[in-house]
Amino acid sequence: MLTGGELAIIALSLKVATTAMAAALPFAFLVAWALARWRFRGRGLLQAVTTLPLVLPPVVTGYALLVWFGANGPLGWLLRETTGLEFAFRWTGAALAAAVMGFPLLVRPIRLSLEAIDPGLEEAAKTLGASRLRILVTVVLPLAFPGILAGIILGFAKALGEFGATITFVSNIPGQTQTLSLAIYSLLQSPTGDAAALRLIAFSVFLAIGAILASEWVASRLPSVKKARNG
Amino acid sequence: MAELAVDIAVRAGEFTLEAAFEAGHGITAIFGQSGAGKSTLLRAVAGLTRPDRARIEYGGRVVEDTDKGVHVAAHRRKVGYVFQDDRLFPHMNVRRNIAYGATRNAARPGQPEFDQIVAMLGIEALIERMPETLSGGERKRVAIARALMSNPQILLMDEPLASLDHARRARIMPYLERIRSETRIPILYVSHEIEEIARLADTLVLISEGRVVASGDATALFARSDLGAYLGQGAASVLLRAIFRHYDEEHDMMELDLEGYTVYLLGPGNRDDLPRPGTALRLRVDSSDVALSLVPRSDLSVRNQLPMVIEEIIGDGRASVEIRGIVGLQLVKARVTRRTVEDLGLRPGNTVYALIKTLSFERRLVQEHD
Repeated sequence: MLTGGELAIIALSLKVATTAMAAALPFAFLVAWALARWRFRGRGLLQAVTTLPLVLPPVVTGYALLVWFGANGPLGWLLRETTGLEFAFRWTGAALAAAVMGFPLLVRPIRLSLEAIDPGLEEAAKTLGASRLRILVTVVLPLAFPGILAGIILGFAKALGEFGATITFVSNIPGQTQTLSLAIYSLLQSPTGDAAALRLIAFSVFLAIGAILASEWVASRLPSVKKARNG
Repeated sequence: MAELAVDIAVRAGEFTLEAAFEAGHGITAIFGQSGAGKSTLLRAVAGLTRPDRARIEYGGRVVEDTDKGVHVAAHRRKVGYVFQDDRLFPHMNVRRNIAYGATRNAARPGQPEFDQIVAMLGIEALIERMPETLSGGERKRVAIARALMSNPQILLMDEPLASLDHARRARIMPYLERIRSETRIPILYVSHEIEEIARLADTLVLISEGRVVASGDATALFARSDLGAYLGQGAASVLLRAIFRHYDEEHDMMELDLEGYTVYLLGPGNRDDLPRPGTALRLRVDSSDVALSLVPRSDLSVRNQLPMVIEEIIGDGRASVEIRGIVGLQLVKARVTRRTVEDLGLRPGNTVYALIKTLSFERRLVQEHD
């Protein structure tokens, strides 16, 4: 079975990935909305920037985070001064790295699901007296839900498995920034770590399969998803 | 009094639609060929499209006046919009779809109730179903119920019957007639099917190439000989107004008074669907179903024989001509062959008998508004 140290690693990884998704989701939805619905100057640029973490070497992304959000980086300084939030060599930094790396995977399915919604439905809601907020909550979000769910699953998986950007940005500190992937890597480097590494690897596989099954189950309970599948 | 006043210029595809008209209660039909900007006109009234210039008023409220900078947002306009493609929310069942606009109802007691609207459109049994399981006609009825439930001050219907086959149209039409007689909401009805319009319209707005060719009382426009080109097949329709007097239950026949003459119509099959005696009904008959006789005939199966004075004989050199005559104050048109005109010696000023088979009248009738 898993030891206390291994459980702590798993708990940290889940905390990092969950925080990353919770923080990234609102931004991802806004960007997906802008890309799906608006035609504006700089739309191509926004799309490119959003996709960048997917194609850039993770180490480069990690380095960029270090420069911008590190202890001496401009954004790092600004956030510390205004909100007290610090990233350097902390789990919050691991969460930021995971969020940035997972962002493109979060945006894409949400954008596709928003594009698939018939704008006519929103017009119909308007004529029925619904405000923008009510249309968002009662029409757009329920219909986009399959895409949002898919985005969260993909982004969460990416966040859990993130390696390169995390290790570059916040290093590999047990108890602070050593998530699953970093721990497995460290254990494999150690002559006595094989058994522990295998247990964590087994857990990762179990977690991945579990997440997919859970999302399938949630999806099967949604009428709009059923329809999207059949159609 | 005008319930609805529209004066609008709006870009519709290649050209600009300019239209100005007024209408009272009941159904105002916008008729024109496809692509004439009819849907754009409805969208502008609903506030979904910003017109280049417009003044739109209904229910005692100006919702758009570009000169004065008035523009009421779409969700505050209190329109009931029945879209051509229904636009039911796919993730809600029928009940939730219908109730979606009902929040607007809450503050206003005495407005149409849910059950009443559901019953009027005959969708009680569908209430828990999802839209994807409904047939085209059912979807349309749900869409109409949803629009009505939002307590609209005007009902906008964009080709509500266009996507349906003939049998379904025939089944939905009575519901539209019911809405018209049971609510006092003005209805703006876009269509390119002249049959629907001949049956339903109180006011008719004829649009061609982005301009209003004629607008006004539908019966009067159908009677005009100069609009034949715009009315197309509809030019062959004769619209008559008659007062319901008596129901012969044994034979399921209705007796109506048309300018002092009795006309017989097929009954509705049961007493419940009868209008009240004294109600004015619109009858539609095709001019080619009207035969002419020089004398009244008692040896024919045709029950309806109306003496009419010939006003005009219109022919274009082809085999058939249109004879326009007056019964009392109403126009009757008969399409007969040129040969018949010669053989019977028909001329303007002659009195002849218009023979109309009971079965030629369109079976369902529109109640005229006063």
